[in-house]
Amino acid sequence: MVTLTINGLKVRVEEGMTILEAARFVGFPIPTLCHNDGLSPYGACRLCVVEIGQEPKSKLVSSCTYPVEEGLTVRTASQRVLKARGMIIELLLASCPQSKTIQDLASAHGVHQQRFKQEYEDCILCGLCVRTCSEQMMAHAIGFRGRGENRSIGTPFDISSDVCRLCGGCMYICPACQLRCTYNQPQHAICNACANLRPPCIEKEGYNNLMCYMEPCVACEIK
Amino acid sequence: MDYLRSREDFTALQKRLYSDYNADIPTIIIPAGTCGQASGASDLVRTAQREIIKRKLQGKIHLRITGCHGFCEMEPSVLIEPAGTFYPRVDITGMKRIIDALVRAEVVEDLLFVDEETGQKITRQDDIPFYRHQSRLLLSQNEKIDPLDVYDYLRVSGYSAFVRLLTDMEPRQVIKEVKDSGLRGRGGAGFPTGLKWEFLSDAADGKGKYIVCNADEGDPGAYMDRSLLEGNPHSIVEGMLIGAYATGADQGVMYVRTEYPLAIKHLNNALKQSRALGLLGRNILGTGFSFDISLVKGAGAFVCGEETALMRSIEGKMGEPRQRPPFPVQKGIHGKPTLINNVETWANIPVVLKNSVQEYTKIGRMNTGTKIFSLVGKIKNTGLVEVPMGTPISKIIYDIGGGQSGKAGIKAVQTGGPSGGCIPEKMFDIPISYESLAQAGSIMGSGGMIVMDENTCMIDVAKYFMNFLKDESCGKCFPCRKGTQRMFELLDDIASGRGTLDHLKTLEELALVLKDVTMCGLGQTAPNPVLSTLKYFRDEYLEHIEHKRCPAGVCKGLISFTINDLCTGCGACVKACPEQAITGEKKQRHVIDQDRCSRCGACRSICKFEAIEIH
Repeated sequence: MVTLTINGLKVRVEEGMTILEAARFVGFPIPTLCHNDGLSPYGACRLCVVEIGQEPKSKLVSSCTYPVEEGLTVRTASQRVLKARGMIIELLLASCPQSKTIQDLASAHGVHQQRFKQEYEDCILCGLCVRTCSEQMMAHAIGFRGRGENRSIGTPFDISSDVCRLCGGCMYICPACQLRCTYNQPQHAICNACANLRPPCIEKEGYNNLMCYMEPCVACEIK
Repeated sequence: MDYLRSREDFTALQKRLYSDYNADIPTIIIPAGTCGQASGASDLVRTAQREIIKRKLQGKIHLRITGCHGFCEMEPSVLIEPAGTFYPRVDITGMKRIIDALVRAEVVEDLLFVDEETGQKITRQDDIPFYRHQSRLLLSQNEKIDPLDVYDYLRVSGYSAFVRLLTDMEPRQVIKEVKDSGLRGRGGAGFPTGLKWEFLSDAADGKGKYIVCNADEGDPGAYMDRSLLEGNPHSIVEGMLIGAYATGADQGVMYVRTEYPLAIKHLNNALKQSRALGLLGRNILGTGFSFDISLVKGAGAFVCGEETALMRSIEGKMGEPRQRPPFPVQKGIHGKPTLINNVETWANIPVVLKNSVQEYTKIGRMNTGTKIFSLVGKIKNTGLVEVPMGTPISKIIYDIGGGQSGKAGIKAVQTGGPSGGCIPEKMFDIPISYESLAQAGSIMGSGGMIVMDENTCMIDVAKYFMNFLKDESCGKCFPCRKGTQRMFELLDDIASGRGTLDHLKTLEELALVLKDVTMCGLGQTAPNPVLSTLKYFRDEYLEHIEHKRCPAGVCKGLISFTINDLCTGCGACVKACPEQAITGEKKQRHVIDQDRCSRCGACRSICKFEAIEIH
């Protein structure tokens, strides 16, 4: 067992846990986007940052990847953390305003506007689908390509993958682009991955542009 | 090549090499690193070889082709040993004349280096201000060594530090020596090298520890690692051998960027030679110590210089960082404990341990040892500069670098590559150390030093680095990928006259958050160019935003070109203009059509009469 302090509360947790698990275990909420309990930690969305150590030498780390240490001091909602989190949500809102998950996050954290050039992207590259595909489905059908601005998710060379079993796990887990498979008839959306009834893809020109890996979609059977 | 089976074999070989070598025979030294070859050193080498054969001078004159000596501005240059005569910017006829004179034991007066300040000719290399003010602990070896010949390295008592430690000292003692030397990582962050070694040594027992040489030098305008790899590859091999002995690692990896073909060639050759000599491989010198090094080529991503990304790249995966902990020393390549040091750190190791550590600690102020900087930009003497730690920036820029290259005065210096910051001229008296540079809002980095003058717009500089970083960010961590892109957008708005004071506020806020929240070193230091220019050159930002004016005349959206009375109507600019925006009768003052003008500046650079003005 390891003893650490989370928000001033002395906590005893099992060794090998991450800060995120420990904080949630004792009831402190930490927002996450790229984290899923069934998948390996990735630490890419940085929403789960917490402040560790004593000031002025404290630093921000992603709680989903940081293992608990004996005597560690953690603050899950200090001014510094909230400011960083707010800025990340603002950046998310500037890129993917149509996602229900991100809208919910923004409203929960009091972010009501964003100050950057508005973009409408389908994907925030959280990597949940890639990890689901490789870790849960053992398929390795999709992966990351390119770097920086040109980073994207897809099959190698955009060719339909032989190893993809059309399980739909990637769509199920996606926090941003949940509505890809409803095409232009949201009322017929039978894919239960999404709770957002105003899909962004209505305005989109065609199914081919939606980078859906399901051909045909197992849920709503669009060809 | 003899295979060395014991320390006695090694000493015997060394003795033979010393006695065979006659230092009095005149030697022509031609630096032919990548930079030398680009400026024509290969022609000089060919000419020298041809002349020596034609005049049957073999044995009477030696020729040594070496790596870069550092004075890149004057390349292709020739150095004559043992006299130490230096000839800058030599051409083929010059080379022939130098050989002529060498046969008669004379000096070619008109080819000598001329000091611009005093107007006097300087014969010896050591008297030239550029070299005189340096202390070239590492770079001076480049002159003495043909990088393709291990015997040359052995002749400058190469590998002797390793052999001495291997037979006389316990690994623990070696680590203590390195710790005592105060050597810190030369790759950027400045972590104490001895401490890092101790961590690896303490890491779980058993076989399969890795040590890595990080030669993925990607900063724009920085090339000190390349010159070490090309000019003295054996020193890095020796450094890694010492590191392996001290930490108990049995596998070494050199991660070299593929853009350095000459360095890769020299390294492969060096590894082959040391294996043939028995200095690398199984049971080295009969001591039972085994270690081998393999070479891995990078695929051209800047982020692979970050250690966790580098390890993934070595494993053959996509080069992207991961969150630490676990640190590489706990879990590195293929899950084994791994130690990663920069090229310059490894090259320093034999120097530190060759003599007593006490002697080494005397070099430098604040931090120990020397640091190589690549001095580039608007400066007279561009090149590689090696100075003791604690040297003031002004000494590097004015005494060694010779000051500004053009008419405009020096405004700032950018240190540490894209992750570094700009230091203004008024702070040039700060000494160079890891702490003082960090305090000034920059970093030591790997040692890039870009000098900027009054014609450089700081917003443009920040924009340039942000553009570089947004392309080179791996894209894994969201704030880094989007944050660098957004900072670039904001800077672009400011540079093109669309900026408001809100832009500035957002920019600053975003930069501070990025520094805090991103995953790896790339993202954490990415805001430095913005933050340091905002700190020291805020008035320039305000000038762009409030008056829509670029004081340096760089930002295209805010400037216009006009032709003044000095125009003679020669028509040169009309031909140079790619947009056909300039019109006018012959011998009459010309006019620029502002709607067509793309502000490329081609007219200004071709005009001989300074008739084109920037507003």
